[in-house]
Amino acid sequence: MIYMVLVFSDNRNLNIELLSKGSELAKELGEKLTTIIIGKSDEELANEYIAFGAEEVYIAENEIEFFKSEEFSDIIEKIINETNNNYILIGSNKNGKELASRLAGKIDAGCIIDCSNIYFKDKKITAERTVYSGNAISIEQFNSLPAILTVSSKVFDPLKKDEKNKGNIVKKKYDIEKSSSKIINVKEMQSESVNVEDAEIIVSCGRGFKNKEDIKYANELADTLKGKTIGCSRPIAADLKWLSEDHWIGLSGHKVKPKLYIAAGISGQIQHIAGMRDSGIIVAINKDPEALIFKSADYGIVGDLYEVLPKLATALKNKIS
Amino acid sequence: MNIIVCAKDVVDASEMKIDSNTNKPILEGISKKISDIDKNAIEEAIKIKEKHGGKITAITVGTPDSKERIKELLAMGADEGVLIPYPEKYDYHIVSKLLAEAIKKINEYDIIICGEASTDFFSGQIGPKIAGLLNISQITYAFNLNVEKDKIIGERNMGENSVTTESSYPVLVTVTKEINEPRLPSLMEILGAANKPIHEWNADSLLNDTNTKIETIDIKGISMERKNIVFKDNIDDSVTKLVDSLSKDGVLG
Ligand SMILES: Cc1cc2nc3c(=O)[nH]c(=O)nc-3n(C[C@H](O)[C@H](O)[C@H](O)COP(=O)(O)OP(=O)(O)OC[C@H]3O[C@@H](n4cnc5c(N)ncnc54)[C@H](O)[C@@H]3O)c2cc1C
Ligand SMILES: Nc1ncnc2c1ncn2[C@@H]1O[C@H](COP(=O)(O)O)[C@@H](O)[C@H]1O
Repeated sequence: MIYMVLVFSDNRNLNIELLSKGSELAKELGEKLTTIIIGKSDEELANEYIAFGAEEVYIAENEIEFFKSEEFSDIIEKIINETNNNYILIGSNKNGKELASRLAGKIDAGCIIDCSNIYFKDKKITAERTVYSGNAISIEQFNSLPAILTVSSKVFDPLKKDEKNKGNIVKKKYDIEKSSSKIINVKEMQSESVNVEDAEIIVSCGRGFKNKEDIKYANELADTLKGKTIGCSRPIAADLKWLSEDHWIGLSGHKVKPKLYIAAGISGQIQHIAGMRDSGIIVAINKDPEALIFKSADYGIVGDLYEVLPKLATALKNKIS
Repeated sequence: MNIIVCAKDVVDASEMKIDSNTNKPILEGISKKISDIDKNAIEEAIKIKEKHGGKITAITVGTPDSKERIKELLAMGADEGVLIPYPEKYDYHIVSKLLAEAIKKINEYDIIICGEASTDFFSGQIGPKIAGLLNISQITYAFNLNVEKDKIIGERNMGENSVTTESSYPVLVTVTKEINEPRLPSLMEILGAANKPIHEWNADSLLNDTNTKIETIDIKGISMERKNIVFKDNIDDSVTKLVDSLSKDGVLG
């Protein structure tokens, strides 16, 4: 058996981060690191992946316009069979998660989703992941190969780009099994290109806000603070769509660690806490004295956010100036 | 339309405490519930049945007491339940295999519905893995479904994009929390559920190879220590105290 490492994400940045971890694992095994590009033949991208650590880049040339798990898993399965790769790292965006899981079913492999760390322990590939909505980390080990692992963005740092790296580019066409599903529309979600993950101070809005316009109270508070960004709970982004999904914080949204997190009108359900529990100082504003959020906060104000937020903004302005 | 819903019985993570001596989560004595989004899955199945007729089977790989939660699913509107008790050792792989084999045994199905992710493990793996094992198409992260006689159309939240996917049957669908509002069964429905069948199928009768592929070698609790200072006075005083504290903590500059 050959123990090569294969990396794939349809997202360039994420793929580069995976190449970094992949190359560390491949070195330990004394084996090769391969990555895959699916779609247009993009040699420029292939060379970039080589500069970031890939030793072999498979370009599966085809006319596929949009990502579809059925087709992508089929291509990756064929490449795995051809190359004997046994350690497969896949980028954990939504496409990647369903792709990895489907692939695991097709090739009868174990799969661990959303690894926060990956290493060899007793020569076995081992991964850590968060479970129980952020209450625990489980350490899981493969006792069989192939092994499929998925990793989100920003878990691993990319290697330094080295244009002198040498690698091999393999271009191939694969027949794709026809699937009975088809993509009939792709619409870009509204996005405000907010980066909550790197924010130093976050003012976060929950269902305690009664109208979309009222988010302005959070904005006005945020404006008085440096490095400020607006965040929100899942219902504000997913149900009400008052803010774009790049503001969404929690288990199924973004994980943040600002030095100050202000939660206004957020009840403090465990799935929200899972996304902000690593914050420096947590402040909660809620009119319900029994709200769960106070248990996860350093400071809390019991009160109506419509009264508290403007007063807090004024007080902060005076303090800072 | 024959619909199969995979529903997980989970411990309520919001009640979980961490043992300060062993640093392990305490799993005993916590109440159990149907994983949140699996209630959306069953609700969606009921809506489809209301429109097209057919039968809903709910399958749980769980513990013997998971029967209680299956009864809730029957009260909501499932027609039959299947409980597969966890084998001695299990992992994501064994659970998906058991569900896939149970689905094959049921044999007649058009739509399989899973949650986008379970509230305890939150991996979102089991649904698409079943689709891979059965080699059928998949519609993931659906926040809206349009079911017609010979095709299903799902609008899907894929993060950066909203993707509309169409498929013929059979198909595996995973749904998000936003797709619907799960119903609360009435007392009559709860009583009526007692007459609906719950089958128990053994793991051994479904699988020859019950070897796991992944072993959990350790689990570490994460506890969160916070100051928990709550100002309850009049708002002006509370605001002043908060600003002073934040300033002392040095998080304003
Ligand atoms: C699998 C799964 C994943 C999930 N992932 C996430 C996630 O990533 N992020 C997330 O946020 N949620 C997530 N959720 C949902 C989560 O469980 C909660 O439903 C959600 O966080 C609640 O949002 P909220 O606090 O804004 O709303 P609510 O729970 O409705 O709380 C509103 C709060 O506002 C307070 N309030 C009302 N009016 C005022 C006022 N005038 N002034 C001050 N306070 C007021 C109320 O007292 C209440 O506490 C997930 C759920 C599941 C099942
Ligand atoms: N033990 C189980 N029994 C039945 N269904 C399950 C089980 N585990 C997971 N599922 C289904 O798979 C979905 C995703 O679970 P997970 O992969 O654990 O996030 C859940 O929402 C359920 O629909």
